[in-house]
Amino acid sequence: MTLDLSFYSWDVIQAFVLKGFAFSVQLTIVAMIGGIVLGTMLALMRLSGVKVLEIPATIYVNGMRSIPLVMVILWFFLLMPFVLGRPIGAELSAYVTFTLFEAAYYSEIMRAGIQSISRGQVYAGQAIGLSYGQNMRFVILPQAFRNMLPVLLTQTIILFQDTSLVYAIGAYDLLKGFEVAGKNYGRPIESYLAAAIVYFVICFALSYVVKRLQKKIAIIR
Amino acid sequence: MRGYQWDWQFFLTDTGAGQTYLQWMLSAWGWTLSVAACAWVVALTFGALIGTLRTVPNRGAQFFGNAWVELFRNIPLLVQIFLWYHVIPAIFPVMKSLPPFLLVVLALGLFTSARVAEQVRAGIQSLPRGQMMAGSAMGLTLPQTYRYVILPMAFRIVLPPLTSEAMNIIKNSAVAFAVSIAELALFAQQVQEETSRGIETYLAVTTLYIISALVVNRILAYVERSVRVPGYVGGGK
Repeated sequence: MTLDLSFYSWDVIQAFVLKGFAFSVQLTIVAMIGGIVLGTMLALMRLSGVKVLEIPATIYVNGMRSIPLVMVILWFFLLMPFVLGRPIGAELSAYVTFTLFEAAYYSEIMRAGIQSISRGQVYAGQAIGLSYGQNMRFVILPQAFRNMLPVLLTQTIILFQDTSLVYAIGAYDLLKGFEVAGKNYGRPIESYLAAAIVYFVICFALSYVVKRLQKKIAIIR
Repeated sequence: MRGYQWDWQFFLTDTGAGQTYLQWMLSAWGWTLSVAACAWVVALTFGALIGTLRTVPNRGAQFFGNAWVELFRNIPLLVQIFLWYHVIPAIFPVMKSLPPFLLVVLALGLFTSARVAEQVRAGIQSLPRGQMMAGSAMGLTLPQTYRYVILPMAFRIVLPPLTSEAMNIIKNSAVAFAVSIAELALFAQQVQEETSRGIETYLAVTTLYIISALVVNRILAYVERSVRVPGYVGGGK
């Protein structure tokens, strides 16, 4: 058979693909910001040395990381109407799911980042009279975040790829956009191929940027 | 959530196809494990090969290895499964006769092979350069050096990081639901719709995933212990 990608005119892209692309990007950004904030909190809980904080955070992180993402997506989609008392859309469910799920992965990165800061930095902060919070806020976290920036961004590329799994609950993302366009024009095969190319170009470009960044940071340190 | 009527007994009722939901779930577990195990074989084979290629002093081989890793790492697994399931058989009609199971195994296996290749490359490059030089000093050819000096060490070093990949492959096998492989994630979705006993079903399926991951973790921890290199990080005496 011959492949014909020519039906992907700007009108078709605008009508079907852009909406899905916008959702995929928004979902990635929301889950990244929410996940990093929540993940940093989880990391601080795990490193706090206080059992009441440490144990729940550890269970949460290890639990999330041992379940397939598809199952987590299904779980949230099933449970959220129970908790909220009303049905909730696939898109909204995806935002909550990905934020909470990615937090577990970001927290492992932040934990490694915090642990990579030398003890001397902590002592120096204490010596000039910073409280625990101030020490974290002004000394430890900025350095941890900076050291871990390439890893955090790599995780975000994985997150962007993982957003395609909202397929399980039928949310309209980039992949769905291509699929619907393909169905409407009777060209499903070309559509999957086009989706693969678009995902590849985006992820390849982003990982190239991360590699450059990594080199830059490595030289300064 | 309060007032939820638990009903675990539905697992023993008939699905209408001559088996209970429990039997159906166990067969789905079997599919999950088979997909993961077969894909693991594919991933190890290609991962070891490509990872080694990336360290060989040959520009062509390195380029091929890098291209392989970038290709399989930068496309989402779900999209790769669709490529193997819909696109490749359309382009190569020979592939049309292959069962979906095999296509999913190839998709998941090659996707994971890129990650395995990264670990294998890192393992080989973590060896002191002297090992390679010692090989050539003894008059071994490059393939001989790899066969008798580099690879036996490298494989023992990369085993610990490969454990997490083996656990990932079980989790990732859940994506096979998208092309109707009768594995656990598909079972969960179908039974949830069919019986509205979603919470019990999801709990059971999640437990099976966790058990599978734990068992793989224990087995590989044992293998790790028995092959670790004395004197290396985490190695015994």
